Amino acid sequence: MSSETFRRRRRSTHAALAAHGEAWVWLTGGCLALALVMIIGLLGYIVSEGVATFWPRPLELVELADGRRLLGEETGRDKAPDGSGRRLIRTANFELTGKHFEWFADGEVKATTRPAEATVVERLEGGRFHGFPSRLLHGGEVIAAGSEEAWRAFGEHHPFVRRRWRQAWRIDKDDRGVLQRKLRSARLAVVRAELAGGPESPARAAAVEAEKGVAAAVEAEERALDGRTAELRAGNEGWGLEFTTAAGETVLLPLAEIVRAWQPNRLSFRERLGVYVSRWGEFLGDDPREANSAGGVFPAIWGTIAMTLIMALLVAPFGVLAALYLREYASRGPLTAAVRIAINNLAGVPSIVYGAFGLGFFCYVLGGSIDEILFRPALVADGQPTFGTGGLLWASLTLALLTLPVVIVATEEALSAVPNSMREGSYACGASKWQTIRRIVLPRALPGIMTGLILAMARGAGEVAPLMLVGVKKLALDLPIDGTFPFVHPEREFMHLAYLIYDVGFQSPNSQAAKPMVFTITFLLVAIIALLNVAAIWIRGRLRRRYVSQQF
Amino acid sequence: MSTPPPPAEPRTPTPPAGAAVDRLAVVAAGGQVPAEIHERVRQTPAVLEIDHFNLWYGTKQALHSITMPIPHGKVTALVGPSGCGKSTLLRSVNRLNDLVPSVRISGEMRLNGDPIYDQRMDVIELRKRMGMVFQRPNPFPMSIYENVVYALRIDGESRRAVLDEVCERSLRGAALWDEVKDRLGESALGLSGGQQQRLCIARAIAAEPEVLLLDEPCSALDPIATGKVEDLIQELRGLYSVLIVTHNMQQASRSSDYTAFMYLGRLIEYGPTTDIFTKPVLRETEAYVTGRFG
Repeated sequence: MSSETFRRRRRSTHAALAAHGEAWVWLTGGCLALALVMIIGLLGYIVSEGVATFWPRPLELVELADGRRLLGEETGRDKAPDGSGRRLIRTANFELTGKHFEWFADGEVKATTRPAEATVVERLEGGRFHGFPSRLLHGGEVIAAGSEEAWRAFGEHHPFVRRRWRQAWRIDKDDRGVLQRKLRSARLAVVRAELAGGPESPARAAAVEAEKGVAAAVEAEERALDGRTAELRAGNEGWGLEFTTAAGETVLLPLAEIVRAWQPNRLSFRERLGVYVSRWGEFLGDDPREANSAGGVFPAIWGTIAMTLIMALLVAPFGVLAALYLREYASRGPLTAAVRIAINNLAGVPSIVYGAFGLGFFCYVLGGSIDEILFRPALVADGQPTFGTGGLLWASLTLALLTLPVVIVATEEALSAVPNSMREGSYACGASKWQTIRRIVLPRALPGIMTGLILAMARGAGEVAPLMLVGVKKLALDLPIDGTFPFVHPEREFMHLAYLIYDVGFQSPNSQAAKPMVFTITFLLVAIIALLNVAAIWIRGRLRRRYVSQQF
Repeated sequence: MSTPPPPAEPRTPTPPAGAAVDRLAVVAAGGQVPAEIHERVRQTPAVLEIDHFNLWYGTKQALHSITMPIPHGKVTALVGPSGCGKSTLLRSVNRLNDLVPSVRISGEMRLNGDPIYDQRMDVIELRKRMGMVFQRPNPFPMSIYENVVYALRIDGESRRAVLDEVCERSLRGAALWDEVKDRLGESALGLSGGQQQRLCIARAIAAEPEVLLLDEPCSALDPIATGKVEDLIQELRGLYSVLIVTHNMQQASRSSDYTAFMYLGRLIEYGPTTDIFTKPVLRETEAYVTGRFG
């Protein structure tokens, strides 16, 4: 063919487009960009909202056209149906106004100012309080009068009151719990003896005697604890900070009820940061208050991590062994193909179905049997199931079942990616099939298996629906892993961040106040999952460097 | 693996010996020709005897009645164009073909007198008596040290002194010791291609095999690495009985004592390497080794 004819040959526009490929670059790149924008948009929204929750905002004194005055934080702004602007103000002081938040049209507001002495108070109960401090009282005596003086004296005395309150709270929560457990185990010993030898047996009589002894000892200790808590509470008694609200009412708040207070309008940046960090500290390390809409989420963090790790520990051996059989031992045939399709389909079963299965089989059948065999005294004594109800173990097992397909599929992929030449090399050395799998195939496939596990953990940690059925509770302050023997309590119900999102977001009586908490909890959950993933990816990277050649 | 009776061999006209017939054409037409086996091959005691060995992949016959003794302590090269069954024959010796579900065989092989395809033969034990090196280096995902002593490890050997000694001896035997002696604990996957292949040879000779099977050990290597592996094969000569498959005529002529020429699953001519390359009996062999065909 001469160059003349070559030049004259026509090419279709389709062919030209395909040959250049530019269009496909734009198409594929565009899709990726769109996906990135959506993901980054979602994560960015969660992060920006979640991070801002605890930052102290200015407190505004609002004067209304009808003469009312109130103190509040502006938390939102939008257009009313008639087109005029309106703003949402967190007015707090629920016991006086019956509202936590209120909408005001722009026309209603005459003036707003930011007085320096305006104070935000976080309380144990009743939501926030906004007001101006006027006097600090102790047992009827005025310690300090006047806004400035009272605030300064509050800063001096509040930490001591707070420390005493915390000590009393610890005694109530921990020490009394220990005594209750002692009493219960003595009572169960009696029931056990009765079940073993009948109501007249000498063993039962001995157990009854022992129980009496324990009861006497516990009562003595209780009295001692009562004495200590009474002393601590008496120390706090009578301490109160008197406030004047914007409307002019006078309110006395007991100091022990105040979690923290700050005057946002006069805070320097560093002081603001201090309040911010202190609120984050409470959020991460404390128990929840006020129906989970305030305080901390520590039990939920603990529960989420414990459940995810136990789930990973359960699902990894199951999934890997099942995939090993499927890939290395099962003969290729229609049955194997059917099993493989069935496993893939399992991934599409709604998660609530797994929850129902977990409740029906794990809790009632398995747990019920365990209770009958091992915990019969507890069942007889107070009619309470031990394992026969939702708990950490059953929730982890249910989620392990849910994520099993992910692990099996990923493991199978990883196994089939192990070059056959390695297997043959091992056989040629005289290794048996199992030796080849254990020494050559599994180490080489480990990074791929880790990928499956990472996906499974991310999926499991974000699941809510099945957890509601098998052990996650709105409030469960007894941690599933703690310092009391035997340290891991697989039968305990627990809290979970993903469920908390649902609970705080949609079940809270004070939904406006809970909204920023929802963002913060979501942010925390995403951060924890990301952290678990980063750890797993780091391990995978190490394994890959060790076991997978970069050459050839 | 069971060995059902093979399908009846097609009756084909056997050309009279010495007739001026193109044997390759006969073979290509599905016919059978007698193998030309030099007398000197039979004078050396055999480590491995292949006796009327046939092999089928499904219904396709890949090896046709191969009969050849492999001399003890010598290097024997298998040459022939692609698809002639060299590698299949090699993989039949240590029964790696057992792993392919559709393979059937008939005939016999004997390793130092022990029938390889006997029902009572333990495949695992059999493979421990042989070493094999593959086309592509396939070091295991573990340290250099563990690669070399792998065969001993799976045999349950855990005495450090024994392992150390075998490791050093094998690596010296594979001319790799000086290059890796300071990093035995590092991953074998970090070695270069040529080093990896010599590591695989060290692994194959670690268990003192009766036969060493090399399946085109240089085909994935660059010229310098190829040279080193060839030198190594020279050194192994006399120490081990080696059966090597190769595509490279120079390699066969340089490093082997005996050469067998195969074509389409048949053994065509088999004799001392110098004879095969300088004065072969058959002109077909001469055509192939001089590069005029194949």
